Amino acid sequence: MKKLVYLLFAVMLLSVSGCGYNTMQANEEAVKAAWGDVEATYQRRNDLIPNLVEVVKGYAKHEKETLQAVTEARAKVGTIQASKDILDDPKALSQFQAAQGAMSSALSRLMVVVEKYPDLKANQNFMDLQHQLEGTENRINVARTRFNKAVETFNVSIRIFPNSLTNSMMLHLKPREAFKAETGAEKAPKVEFGK
Amino acid sequence: MNCWLAKGTENAPTPTPLPRGDLEKHTLSQRVEHPFKSPPRRGVGVGILGSIKYLFSLAFLLCVLFAPDAHALDVPKLTGYVNDYAGMISPQAKTALEEELRAFEQSDSTQIVILTIPSLQGEVLEEFSVKITEAWKIGQKGKDNGIILLISKEDRKMRIEVGRGLEGKLTDLASGRIIDQEIKPRFKAGDFDGGVMAGILTLIKATRGEFNADSNTGRQRGKRRGGSSQIINFLIFGGIALLALGSFSRYLSGAAGAVGLPALIATFFSPLGLVAAIITGIVGLIIGFALPSLFSGSGRGSGFGGSYYGGGFGGGGSSGGDFGGGGGSFGGGGASGDW
Repeated sequence: MKKLVYLLFAVMLLSVSGCGYNTMQANEEAVKAAWGDVEATYQRRNDLIPNLVEVVKGYAKHEKETLQAVTEARAKVGTIQASKDILDDPKALSQFQAAQGAMSSALSRLMVVVEKYPDLKANQNFMDLQHQLEGTENRINVARTRFNKAVETFNVSIRIFPNSLTNSMMLHLKPREAFKAETGAEKAPKVEFGK
Repeated sequence: MNCWLAKGTENAPTPTPLPRGDLEKHTLSQRVEHPFKSPPRRGVGVGILGSIKYLFSLAFLLCVLFAPDAHALDVPKLTGYVNDYAGMISPQAKTALEEELRAFEQSDSTQIVILTIPSLQGEVLEEFSVKITEAWKIGQKGKDNGIILLISKEDRKMRIEVGRGLEGKLTDLASGRIIDQEIKPRFKAGDFDGGVMAGILTLIKATRGEFNADSNTGRQRGKRRGGSSQIINFLIFGGIALLALGSFSRYLSGAAGAVGLPALIATFFSPLGLVAAIITGIVGLIIGFALPSLFSGSGRGSGFGGSYYGGGFGGGGSSGGDFGGGGGSFGGGGASGDW
């Protein structure tokens, strides 16, 4: 009798802490939290852009195309409703990524153009904005890296042995997609001289 | 593990730096693998000696395999408020800075740390900086009020890394201005002491009053605050599990204890070295043997009860007395600059 009670205890223990049920749940929440950070940092960048465009416009009237590309990219990012649902929908996620990638490359082109205007570069407003933009880009990088780490931890945790069993029986969690390196990132932006 | 993930970002299109780490592991393990072949199996005595050798080489191999990957640039050791690895700051300035920063942490609990390195050795400043924040955990846990001023001498680059809790007061813009207006001009003139001093004083001015020192915290060294209730949980569950296993076989519970205790300590306190792991393993073994017999009333193991806490946790105690971060987290806020 006594042994039976002990055995029951042991089974309970194994089923709660040994099967990874809690771990997987916690890891999934960590992925969601990390995603929240990613979105927040991208949003932050989006909020900066109108100011940046405004300041650059004042000095670089001839760069209409570049400025327009930035504004358009921003508008496109705005149409993608960022929410937690994106995480469950690989297609929406890749769309989100593509839009933000377009934004990044439009911005980097703008920054290349800016090099031609020493007055602009010396403008205090612009220097401030540049700091903010750099800071935001760095935050985006950090948030993305952490999101990828969280996804990796999560994906590993649903795949290793006792957890995979629990998952297939109870939780039915799917592996998450990590951020890929941006498609535009492999090719450096083209700088054209003498134009 | 994370080295290729860390690179998958916009700024760094360079793909995986994986091969190098792998290569080094290979060569290391090959070097270690020699003893495996050597033990000759002749007499009984030699056999035992051989198996001991085998065990040691196995342990050594494990140590090597689990050693952290060798990176291009390792995170230096946190020794105090001023970590001057590039030798840029004069001794007088260093003591003045240390005093200033210690006083500031005591009054406001905000932790500001300076790190100078000779060179980034090709690493990206921001990525290295994030690595530092993750390793040092400057700032108090929950408040996330840490600041790191990182300076790379040869690259002529610097960065102020701001903890999440201070991002409101010390925005990217504010830290950018501190670099541009306080530090950069002085560095350009070759006045490193003055630049660092001015930068730190402005940082202190900017963040003073954002946090207060709690009555109960000087600094939470090493130990995670939230962990204590979990430890108790685990101890209770672990005890029950040992009893359950012990009711079938003492060897089973002994083995469970031997594995469980080092694992417990490694999760909640600090990663264990090999020796510490063996010691705690033995303690765990004893507990695993003794605990069930205590309860089953045979009374044989009662002598072990007393040594439970003292023995088990003495080995796992983290390095007290050293300077350390309080568990603050960073989200990449701050600004970079050059001179």
